[in-house]
Amino acid sequence: MKVHEYQAKEILARYGVAIPRGKVTTKPEQARAIAAELGGRVVIKAQVHAGGRGKAGGVKLAANPDDAFTVAGQILGMKLVSKQTGPEGKIVHKVLVEEALGIARELYLGVVLDRAVGLPVLMASKFGGMEIEEVAAEHPDAILKEHFDPCQGLQLFQARTLGFGLGLSGDTFKKFLKFVTALARAYNETDATLAEINPLLVTADGDVLALDAKMNFDDNALGRHADIAAMRDLDEEEPLEVEASKYDLNYIKLDGDIGCMVNGAGLAMGTMDIIKHYGGAPANFLDVGGGASQERVENAFRILLSDPGVKAVLINIFGGIVRCDMIAAGVVAAAKKLKVQVPIVVRLEGTNVDAGRRILAESGLKLQPADTMADAAAKVVAAAKAVAAP
Amino acid sequence: MAIWLDQNTRVVVQGLTGKEGQFHAAKCREYGTKIVAGMTPGKGGSSVDGVPVFDTVAQARAKTGCTASLIFVPPLGAADAILEAAAAGIALIVCITEGIPARDEVLVRRALQESGARLIGPNCPGIISPGKAKLGIMPAQIHKQGSVGVVSRSGTLTYEAVDQLTKLGLGQSTCIGIGGDPVPGTNFVDVLEAFNLDRDTDAIVLIGEIGGTAEEEAAAYVKANVKKPVVAFIAGQTAPPGRRMGHAGAIISGGKGTAKEKIEALKAAGIHVAATPADIGVTMARALGKA
Repeated sequence: MKVHEYQAKEILARYGVAIPRGKVTTKPEQARAIAAELGGRVVIKAQVHAGGRGKAGGVKLAANPDDAFTVAGQILGMKLVSKQTGPEGKIVHKVLVEEALGIARELYLGVVLDRAVGLPVLMASKFGGMEIEEVAAEHPDAILKEHFDPCQGLQLFQARTLGFGLGLSGDTFKKFLKFVTALARAYNETDATLAEINPLLVTADGDVLALDAKMNFDDNALGRHADIAAMRDLDEEEPLEVEASKYDLNYIKLDGDIGCMVNGAGLAMGTMDIIKHYGGAPANFLDVGGGASQERVENAFRILLSDPGVKAVLINIFGGIVRCDMIAAGVVAAAKKLKVQVPIVVRLEGTNVDAGRRILAESGLKLQPADTMADAAAKVVAAAKAVAAP
Repeated sequence: MAIWLDQNTRVVVQGLTGKEGQFHAAKCREYGTKIVAGMTPGKGGSSVDGVPVFDTVAQARAKTGCTASLIFVPPLGAADAILEAAAAGIALIVCITEGIPARDEVLVRRALQESGARLIGPNCPGIISPGKAKLGIMPAQIHKQGSVGVVSRSGTLTYEAVDQLTKLGLGQSTCIGIGGDPVPGTNFVDVLEAFNLDRDTDAIVLIGEIGGTAEEEAAAYVKANVKKPVVAFIAGQTAPPGRRMGHAGAIISGGKGTAKEKIEALKAAGIHVAATPADIGVTMARALGKA
């Protein structure tokens, strides 16, 4: 789960990570009041779940409270289009108003799980403001890494190693030790999957602060972090994905025109791949799960057909423990109830497959049966093309 | 011979009294697996389908001599169940549970490094040695005893591959789902090592997917050590970056973990990569000179 910058900073501050003074608001008048409270000169930052906000005009300096009112008015409600939002952009509903700070140095700090090692890793670099992937490509030696055991946390010597590696000294060095230790603890204790400070600001006075902050959290752990789960912002998510999540369906919207309904994540990805191989484009990823009961199939149908781009549907189910005849009955009932109009290709395999195919054939619905995944992909691609160019 | 599991393995099912545990334990028994004990805290002294239930794994082990465990417990209790099995001296732990927090998996992995127990999963279909025993939720009837070893990060996609192999007359020695999570207990290389040493495994199917670098590590291992033919498929060639494709581990992050990189690494290691999931069986048949 993603959260906004202001929420990430709020969480980090609880663990002692130093952040600039600031407040979030949805109204320009409040932006003026917050700026006055902070001493006048502020930065107004659009709060959306996407990077590249600065270049997209979503982060601006305001010289005084009146200016803050004007700038906040411009940013609130704007459609922010960056490399990460895609061409459709995102509407800005909230801005963070923060004190403007003098910048001496900009550094990078990030914590992620290093899957190859099986431990979290703290990464630091002198190239603050640059994306870490770019740094990795251009200056791979400039990334300092310290793995740590979640039971023990990041050790002080590791924090020192990073601080020395970044060329810090004196009071700034001490503040950095506190900062980086707090960051590692915040990552660990909140079940984060990412905690990134980019840039980490060193001020002219030698203070160390999180100028920007990004945190993502493990969906599987939200059950033990009710406070973080409550920070979910549904406005930032694809509406169909929100709807699917209500029924525990794994749905991800894509750009193609062939709707897919598959049981199992690996098979669902494999189905998307084979559609592409046969010259088509999948409209979604959808895993209905191992059970694939009538109710789940019905909800899945409804969701994937709410995408107006869908011209044909491919159902690919490998009935293992679940019998194919039960799945077929579910598909038929759901298709009838929802009066599905688009062509549907169904590929069933596994236990009781003959009975399942008979139910589909006798349903009176225009379902095209397919024998193999290859056969199914070829048929659904042809069907989608026929609908697109009648 | 098969790897890690055969008809003599004695098994305790943690969570046997739950709906899933009871259903799948019965299926495993039908297949010939020796399910000798169940374990559910507070249900000790009862029995399920004639199998005695214990309060702790240690009691189950002392009374029945079980050496393997099959786990069906909810996600937030799963790490505890795995650690209990390891503490009781269980050598092979298969965890089916999906949705375990990644941090718990990191802690479990660290703990198991010390105990020496083998964990398969979590978030996996389990392990089957066709004709001998199964410890998992896979449909038994699609399998056939033979000499192809199968290892995969996916469930139903593995069934798809196994079904193709069986229909082509290519039986399997052992099939293992290592699971779709970011920090699996057993990785590709662990299984490849075992298949490479197993005299009854003549060829290997490896099914990977986007995210992480496990496939690249597998490719390096195969290149350096494996002479048996290896066939691979990587799911997620059309997956968008930054999105979790169902499995917690199936995500392209920071431009890393793409199917393209993995396929290139596998091909460079001399592995036969199937172009589509429908071609896994036939690619193996060709590699074995049987098609």
